[in-house]
Amino acid sequence: METTIAQIQVIPLQYYILFCSALFSIGVIGVLAKRNALVIFMSVELMLNSANLLLTAFAAYRNDPAGQIFVFFIMVVAAAEVAIGLALLVVVYRSTKTIDINALNRLKW
Amino acid sequence: MELISILLLVFPFLGFLTIGLFQKQMNRNISGILASAFIFINLILSGFLFWHVSFSNQTVETQLFDWIKFADISIPFALTIDRLAALMLLIVNGVGLLIHIYSIGYMKGDAGVNRFFSYMNLFVFFMLILVLSSNYLMLFIGWEGVGLSSYLLIGFWYKDHANNDAAKKAFIMNRIGDLGFLIGIFILFITFKTLSISEIADKASLMPSGDLTLMAITICLFIGAMGKSAQIPLFTWLPDAMAGPTPVSALIHAATMVTAGIYLVARSSVLFVLSPVTMNIILVIGAITALIGGLIAIYQNDIKKILAYSTVSQLGFMFMALGLGSFSGAMFHLTTHAFFKALLFLAAGSVIHALSNEQDIRKMGGLRKKIPFTFALFIIGTIAISGIPPFAGFFSKEVILTAAFEHGMGMGMLTTFISLLTTIYMFRLIFVVFFKAESKEIRANHHVHESPKVMLYPMAVLAVLSVIGGFIQLPKLFSETQGFDNYLSPVFEKATGLVSVSGTALDLRTEWMIFSIPLLFIALLIFLSYKRFVNEKEFIAPTGIQKLLSNKFYFDEIYDFLIVKPLGFISAFFRGILDQTIINGFVNAVGSVTLFAGKKLRLLQTGNVGFYLILMVFSIIAILFFNIIL
Repeated sequence: METTIAQIQVIPLQYYILFCSALFSIGVIGVLAKRNALVIFMSVELMLNSANLLLTAFAAYRNDPAGQIFVFFIMVVAAAEVAIGLALLVVVYRSTKTIDINALNRLKW
Repeated sequence: MELISILLLVFPFLGFLTIGLFQKQMNRNISGILASAFIFINLILSGFLFWHVSFSNQTVETQLFDWIKFADISIPFALTIDRLAALMLLIVNGVGLLIHIYSIGYMKGDAGVNRFFSYMNLFVFFMLILVLSSNYLMLFIGWEGVGLSSYLLIGFWYKDHANNDAAKKAFIMNRIGDLGFLIGIFILFITFKTLSISEIADKASLMPSGDLTLMAITICLFIGAMGKSAQIPLFTWLPDAMAGPTPVSALIHAATMVTAGIYLVARSSVLFVLSPVTMNIILVIGAITALIGGLIAIYQNDIKKILAYSTVSQLGFMFMALGLGSFSGAMFHLTTHAFFKALLFLAAGSVIHALSNEQDIRKMGGLRKKIPFTFALFIIGTIAISGIPPFAGFFSKEVILTAAFEHGMGMGMLTTFISLLTTIYMFRLIFVVFFKAESKEIRANHHVHESPKVMLYPMAVLAVLSVIGGFIQLPKLFSETQGFDNYLSPVFEKATGLVSVSGTALDLRTEWMIFSIPLLFIALLIFLSYKRFVNEKEFIAPTGIQKLLSNKFYFDEIYDFLIVKPLGFISAFFRGILDQTIINGFVNAVGSVTLFAGKKLRLLQTGNVGFYLILMVFSIIAILFFNIIL
């Protein structure tokens, strides 16, 4: 365990932060720019995982396991969210034969 | 003994609950009997208590529970039965029972008869609380309770709007008096730190005569008494209260509830004797009320209104007795008045019943032969109230007249004059209703019938009481022992011990004069009114002073102009300007602004998910940004 932490600490913390920010921004842009609901989902996952990565990095640097425990929680919640989200997508596809989010504008009223 | 005094309250309340809750299911013939049975049990119990209290010469104190208790305030729910309360018990339950029985006949066939009897029992319940209470707060509960039942029973025939108006008038007029009473209770509490009647009497008897606080207290209490006992200026509700069924007028508005004011003053006798100013106010108010009530009664044409103004006048008479310091005289007149006025009202009810709800005496006449029993009972009541010996009214009036003459010659003359008014209006009533030639309405009406026995017997009992009731106490002229005075003397001894006897005792000659001169006048007046009223062919439209009297001194009109109209104007102002424009405008503005905002913001919901996402992301960025810079 100590060796893993030591290996992680080889790379400076700023790198992790920059990397995670980049990952998160890619996710945000993906969510904003794409019209395919599946891709949007993937982008959301990307954002979640960038946050996870940052949490583990901080946990390792601060020698605080709480961050890692949080990551597990986030994974569980994300899994549940994906299950529901995909189920919704399947239903949307069945009724509209497309997963373009603009097809959902009929939900507005 | 304690148990009995609690049972006294339990039975009428039980009657109210059973009849009131099952009024839809209960057979209409049973409710009256049930209600009467409860009051009958009560009468037996109160007879027993009366016997106990009179002979063992001790008061029965019953503490049910601590009612209000915090810090140094302690107000128990407790009953006290002394001689005064025992006397009132007998009057309330005795007269109450007779009137309940009478009502079985009178209310027969009315759709709401069950409701009627439940209210009647409720009234008896509250009246007993009033009479038995050991502190002023409980007395106030009873006070309000009888006001409530009075309201319910005046508006008993609620489908006629005039009855509802009369009920509301009675309730609101009483509220004015009750406010005075309530303020009186507050001052009592601040001054004495207790509300127990006996403790207050003990503490007050140590205070100097003419104390300002005592004066404030007694004036406030008297304002309460003015409302309940229909004294000027709060008397106009009582004649209107005749809108209720006649037994109600007899029980509540003649025999018991309206005498609560006299009972209150008699109960607080120690406080009152210590403030001579209040006693004088009571005397003056009582005299004015007795005078005005008597004068108005002469020119009324509604049989019940005549009796109502007569009640106002007699109540004024009792207050005069209180103002003169003759507490037992007032209670004596209260007792005899309960008998003969209840009798008169019931007999009037019998007349109304016989004529199928006709109350205008101009449409009667010659009823002497058609309803002979009612006629006989009416005559007995009239003789009793006019003060002709040996009937009850004579003895009680004698006590008051003596007290007035002891106070001074002028006072005595005035009191005699007022008491003679009684003769005029009562014998006018008798002559017009029973002796005058039959009116065309009577000739056209072939259904004139004597009332059933269930109505006649209670009246007969009251008639017997009206005849012999006065012999409890013979005038000083004939008897050394003053039965009624002696009976009540333990109650009033504390009060009478505080004041030195002011008036001069009367010599034998004056006493004979008081005794005989009114009788001469009464005989003369009966003769004159016989001449005047029996042979009067047509009713002449009143003119001048008569018009003033037949319109009740325009009291209602004056009140209408001075109070009701301005109040209506202020209400209209507040409703129109303050409520409709300002408050309503503000509330409406909140609603319309929300609606407007909703209408505009709705357009943001395009249904484009991409747009939502952009909005969400930028909002989050904005929030974070504000978090950082703030």
